[in-house]
Amino acid sequence: MTDDEFTVYQGLAQDTEDHRWAFGTGFTDPLEGIDTSVADGVDPAALATYCLMLGDDALIYSHRLQQWMTRMPELEEETALANIALDLLGQARMLLARAGRAEGAGRQEDQLAFFRDENEFRNVRLAETIDADFAELTGRLLIFSAWRLALFSQLTGSADPVLAAIAAKGVKELTYHREYAAEWVIRLGDGTALSHAKMQAALEAIWPLADELFRTDAVIRTLPAVAADPATLRGEVDEVLRTVLAAAGLDRPDRAPMAAVAGQTGRDGVHTEAFGYLLAELQSVARAHPDATW
Amino acid sequence: MAENQVRSGWPLYEVFLRGKRGLNHVHVGSLHAADPEMALHHARDLYTRRNEGVSIWVVAATDITASSPDEKDPFFAPSGDKVYRHPTFYEIPDDVPHM
Repeated sequence: MTDDEFTVYQGLAQDTEDHRWAFGTGFTDPLEGIDTSVADGVDPAALATYCLMLGDDALIYSHRLQQWMTRMPELEEETALANIALDLLGQARMLLARAGRAEGAGRQEDQLAFFRDENEFRNVRLAETIDADFAELTGRLLIFSAWRLALFSQLTGSADPVLAAIAAKGVKELTYHREYAAEWVIRLGDGTALSHAKMQAALEAIWPLADELFRTDAVIRTLPAVAADPATLRGEVDEVLRTVLAAAGLDRPDRAPMAAVAGQTGRDGVHTEAFGYLLAELQSVARAHPDATW
Repeated sequence: MAENQVRSGWPLYEVFLRGKRGLNHVHVGSLHAADPEMALHHARDLYTRRNEGVSIWVVAATDITASSPDEKDPFFAPSGDKVYRHPTFYEIPDDVPHM
């Protein structure tokens, strides 16, 4: 075995000073060595909230994807989905770390992920909803990654250099996620009568949740140069979905958006019933054994 | 039903990876996929997770014609005593890589 081959084994054998249970190999602060000061004219609190929104989307959706592990139809697909979930978890770590630094209250990624309550999470409801079947998985992943790719592409020009760098890294990952999902949606839509019917039903079920992705809110409006206005992403995402649905022979659903609760949605901390169960699973070990090591 | 279809309805593909520019593609393993395009995606997800590759080939396992173990002697033994076929009488400079 040469030096440049299979360095993962060296990585596994490496001892690091961080022995917290939640950490695997060689984990460090995801923003280590990066200047995280907030630029003049940018409201740090709003920046922190915005990073929480984007970080929570990734954290919560990654967890939903992880729940597919051992349930995928083929071993190869399971690895593919694990890779995607891991990419999103990486994005979540950086964004939550960025939020913690911008906030300036000393909270790190772990505190933000494991010790916030349900109404403090800012993710869109599309990310938290359970997939009823494999078709919903691929449909939701297509909508989520097409939207997030459009969002991150804009954010590469953000006035916050840390956010711009996180986005630049994410763009490559999300391009692959979108391609993976699009291939499956086309394969199922253009497959047998049964797979076509299931794919169409999946899109009908997910569609009401898509509208929330394009809502602008007060926090985003206070960060004009830093944040991407979600309303401006609709054209690009629609075009991607139109292309994929056409190739798949699927109809674009005509469904009303899921209602907001007193004008509030996931971005405001108002979530669906399923979210509480997800969060309980995600946070249970960290809350039972705070700061445990192994 | 062919042997490689017992576990899965998908046929078997063999995967070849090139670790870096200038090296050959090397066989790294096999996987199941519905078609070559999906096989390429699976190969990316299964075999390049640790930054191992810059190029991937996938080949349907049924398209590979292989030598048989029974024919090992007639195939390979005759070259065993012909040392002059090996370029062992040259010195390789230290700065020539991958030899």
